[in-house]
Amino acid sequence: MMTSLEHPGYPQDGLLRLEEKLLCRESQVSLLLSLFGELPHALVSCVECFTSRMLFEHILNKLQSYVTSSEISQSLYISCDSFSDFVRLFKQLISHQDLKNQTVYIVLDKAEQLREMEANLLPGFLRLQEMTDANVTVIFLTEIVWEKLHPNMGCFEPLILYFPDYSKVELQKILSHDHPSEYSAEFYAAYINILLGVFYTVCRDLKELKHLAAINFAKFCEPVTKGEATESDTRKLWKNIEPHLKTAMQTVYLREISSSQWEKLQQEDREAGQLKGLSAYAHVELPYYSKFLLIAGYLASYNPARTDRRFFVKHHGKIKKTKFLKKHEKTNNHLLGPKPFPLDRLLAIFYSIVDSRIAPTANIFSQISSLVTLQLLTLVGHDDQLNGPKYKCAVSLDFIRAVARTVSFDLIRYLYDFL
Amino acid sequence: MTTESVSKGCFVFKPSTKKKKMTFTAADYFGEHVKDSKDSKVRFETYQTLWQQMKSEAEKIQEDLNRKVFDSLLEFIRKSHSNLLEKMDEWRHRMRATEIPAAALVLGVNVPDHAMTFQILSEQLRESVTPYVVSLEAKECQGVKHILQKVFGQLLGHSIRLEADDETDVQPHPAELRQKKMLCSLASLADWYTSVKRKTVSVMPGKKRSSPTAGHLQTPPVVIIFKDLESFHAKVLQDFIVICSQYVNQLPFTLIFGIATSSMTIHKTLPHSVSSLLCIELFQSVSCTEHLAAVIDKLVLTHSFPFRLNGKMLQVLITVFLYHDFSVRNFIKGLQLCIVEHFYSQPLSILCCSLDEAENRTKNLTHEKCEMIRQLPSFMRYVENQEPEKQVELLTSDTFLKKEIKTLLRHLHNYHENYIPVLRCLHALTTSLPKFPLGKQIRELHSACLERNVWESEEYTSAFQLLRMMAKDELVAALQKCCDVLKTSRVKQQADTLTKVEEFIDQLQKLDKIVEDETVAQKSLQKKTDLYQLQKTLLEMKDSRKSKKLSKFETLRLEVLDFIDSIVRMHLKPPEVMPLYEVVYFSGASTLRKHLNAAPRIALHTALNNPYYYLENEALKSEAGTISNSAPDICIAYKLHLECGRLINLCDWLEAFATVVAAASGVDPESDLVAGQVDETIHARFIRAVSELEFLGFVKPTKQKTDHVARLTWGGC
Repeated sequence: MMTSLEHPGYPQDGLLRLEEKLLCRESQVSLLLSLFGELPHALVSCVECFTSRMLFEHILNKLQSYVTSSEISQSLYISCDSFSDFVRLFKQLISHQDLKNQTVYIVLDKAEQLREMEANLLPGFLRLQEMTDANVTVIFLTEIVWEKLHPNMGCFEPLILYFPDYSKVELQKILSHDHPSEYSAEFYAAYINILLGVFYTVCRDLKELKHLAAINFAKFCEPVTKGEATESDTRKLWKNIEPHLKTAMQTVYLREISSSQWEKLQQEDREAGQLKGLSAYAHVELPYYSKFLLIAGYLASYNPARTDRRFFVKHHGKIKKTKFLKKHEKTNNHLLGPKPFPLDRLLAIFYSIVDSRIAPTANIFSQISSLVTLQLLTLVGHDDQLNGPKYKCAVSLDFIRAVARTVSFDLIRYLYDFL
Repeated sequence: MTTESVSKGCFVFKPSTKKKKMTFTAADYFGEHVKDSKDSKVRFETYQTLWQQMKSEAEKIQEDLNRKVFDSLLEFIRKSHSNLLEKMDEWRHRMRATEIPAAALVLGVNVPDHAMTFQILSEQLRESVTPYVVSLEAKECQGVKHILQKVFGQLLGHSIRLEADDETDVQPHPAELRQKKMLCSLASLADWYTSVKRKTVSVMPGKKRSSPTAGHLQTPPVVIIFKDLESFHAKVLQDFIVICSQYVNQLPFTLIFGIATSSMTIHKTLPHSVSSLLCIELFQSVSCTEHLAAVIDKLVLTHSFPFRLNGKMLQVLITVFLYHDFSVRNFIKGLQLCIVEHFYSQPLSILCCSLDEAENRTKNLTHEKCEMIRQLPSFMRYVENQEPEKQVELLTSDTFLKKEIKTLLRHLHNYHENYIPVLRCLHALTTSLPKFPLGKQIRELHSACLERNVWESEEYTSAFQLLRMMAKDELVAALQKCCDVLKTSRVKQQADTLTKVEEFIDQLQKLDKIVEDETVAQKSLQKKTDLYQLQKTLLEMKDSRKSKKLSKFETLRLEVLDFIDSIVRMHLKPPEVMPLYEVVYFSGASTLRKHLNAAPRIALHTALNNPYYYLENEALKSEAGTISNSAPDICIAYKLHLECGRLINLCDWLEAFATVVAAASGVDPESDLVAGQVDETIHARFIRAVSELEFLGFVKPTKQKTDHVARLTWGGC
């Protein structure tokens, strides 16, 4: 597996430095090296450059900075609107003395974004060499497979270089590489081993793991600094850190509490339970009628419309569950998710579940739209608000039960699924 | 117009500036229907000064309430980046990911109030932390592009303003403007930030006058406020955060998410890959009910403002708050409406001002005003209870009346001064009772007192029953609270009450010794081991307790409660018993309800069903249920459509319409209808009426059946 980094065209020490920087990527790097020459390049994030114009200008201006000749004044900003312009300007740039005999690289990060931009971008970049008739390499970086990126027509197949996931061993190696100067490498490696044991199942993101390692290390060292254990006393250290890491997984990893709050907790040596996380405040206080509107919305979303008679008309007669409904309505509505309902049905249910008589004032209607802005109800489909709008209820059963409890409304009795 | 020109042509004439447009100010509208315009002007001014005071008070309340959460938020923003910058070289900070500091500010569902909160927040930020504050609203940010444009606009706009202030560079920086026009990318923003930073650092030392940047940090963070997180497109927000995280080292971003529902929204909108870029801390603002309580406490339950609400009005305002919107801002607006309406509709409101001022104004009352006062129901009741001679004097002599008014106004004022501390005392005593018979909030007790004699209500009796069972330390604690309340009021009568209450507390505490003696007696009882003996003594004790007079504590307790009851009866009378209460109490509940609870459907139905109601044209008067043929076409069409089911046959509708209309014009309808032909004008009128109804949202075309329209409303209205 471990191929050492070697390439005839490059000086040995430079390669060694590179190898240090990019652990466990030797084979990929050497392959890339064999393709690349020196590196006049433009690195562009396609998330950041969300229009083609920004993309072009970013690339051109970046390349311009490699041109040192006095012909072009450095400060002049190149603007570029279309792909043909881009090709023209690119050719001009390339023809300069500094870039003439070199390969120019354009690296497009998060290339999957290109699919959502103009249709000619992806095929255009794929054929850039052909169009500009220049020595240019375009590299797409993406997290999805090429087949999903594949445009329909007119493109060259790129050379696909696959970066496999880091294995656990590799992660261990990378993470333990940069250890703090106060502690020995073995000590830190042992720590990383424990950390990976907890987090490897949920997280493989190197950056995130690095971050977690950094913010929890102080706790790991605590017994050593206090003199309760030596660096080699692995078992004791493990016992100390393991529950701590598990709470970290439930709190700071999910961003329930922020990293800085987490660190503060460690310094003050308190339990994480004392600090309430983001999810602790799930309770939402609503005006009285809004609660009933939301309940009505929930009932309308999860009950078949045909059953409304049964729930909201006083003398409805007996309707048996099995005979009465079509087959597809027999499946649990809560498994199928909320269904859209018209405004009229919402109001009809609302008026039948609220005890007092209320006039249909503007206050009631505006509460419906408030619920929509709060994302508790969602407007479905067309934008035509005037003509019988349809809504869906976007809250969970637990949430609505909590709301119903505050107005002492027996929700379950009105839900078809729980009959 | 004439010109001196000899040639033909077009000439532009600017309107002469002399002719002033008649613009109405609010004050002019105030006196519209009143003959006595000077009087109405005074009333308007009184209203304005009163409202200004109340408004500034309300603002102060909000500021005070928000102070705590704002202080911690500002502290967080101040620290967020300086922490990172200081320890840049440490191993730990090298290893950890650079997260964007973010504050989740949970504000509650009262969205109308948020605008004010954010305004104060950004002002405070600008003042003390950073000049770079951007606030974004979801409806302006449909895409990342729009967000960036907004950010650019607000940041660069600000810096241009700053430069203009400094007069070092009055012309807006050409490069900056060009950037603004050309492309709004964060790369250029980062360049801008570094250039600005360099500039301020170089300018700082030589500065003489205190600049607004005095309290700012060396590298002021760029604060971006998302006012309504729920409404933002998830994708847009995610992209923006991803972009920001790439620049966070050059541009110290800090995000503030304004959240209306709950902090869970963050997890709903942002996937882990994005939320792991943030360092989120939670800040919870004061709940709206707390805010309302504070507002009522400072604006309604105080005698510093002469204007008062009666029970019904308060009920209407609180109902709107609790049942509909939770918005304190709307509550205050409603209060303002009450005040305007009071000063507008009640001519005697001229006396609704501070006591001294009112006495002054009483002197200048005209004869008509005096007559008005004589006709006030409360005053008439008062007169009836007077001696016959005095009655005559009151009804005939204006000067005597004015004198009397002065004393009555003083009484009213004293009543208010006493009312509030006693109310607070009663509240302090009853809040700790189980099940809150007199209400948990003081506002409930207040409206109960406003409506009738509170001591006659069942709740009051049950509350006092519970109070009579109160344990000693509870009672002492409650009385202590009363003392605190009474100490704050400076009315003379209350000083007496205070000394009395303090005496009671003293006596209660002295009881301790006596109680101890009793327990000693009980302890001696425990020594006896003989079962028979024990039973006997217990029985004896039981008997003695039954027959025994109340213990000292119990008698004292009764005494205390009787005292409280007496002061309640004395001071918590409903305002209606006070003569001249109409001057300061606003009582147009129906007007207020009409203004606050707009009912568009009902209004529309009334307009179409009974056009006379709005048009007031005698010809349109008709009995209920009939269709007047002289009504506007749309009314006829509307009434006919009320009789139909969910689908309406257009042809039948047209025929019915033609029949009604033809009856109006006096043409024999049969002659036309026999031929199956309808007059073209009538046809056109019908089509217009139907399309108007469609525009109003009553019917819509349907594909279910040809020649039919669907009815969109149900029920009567």
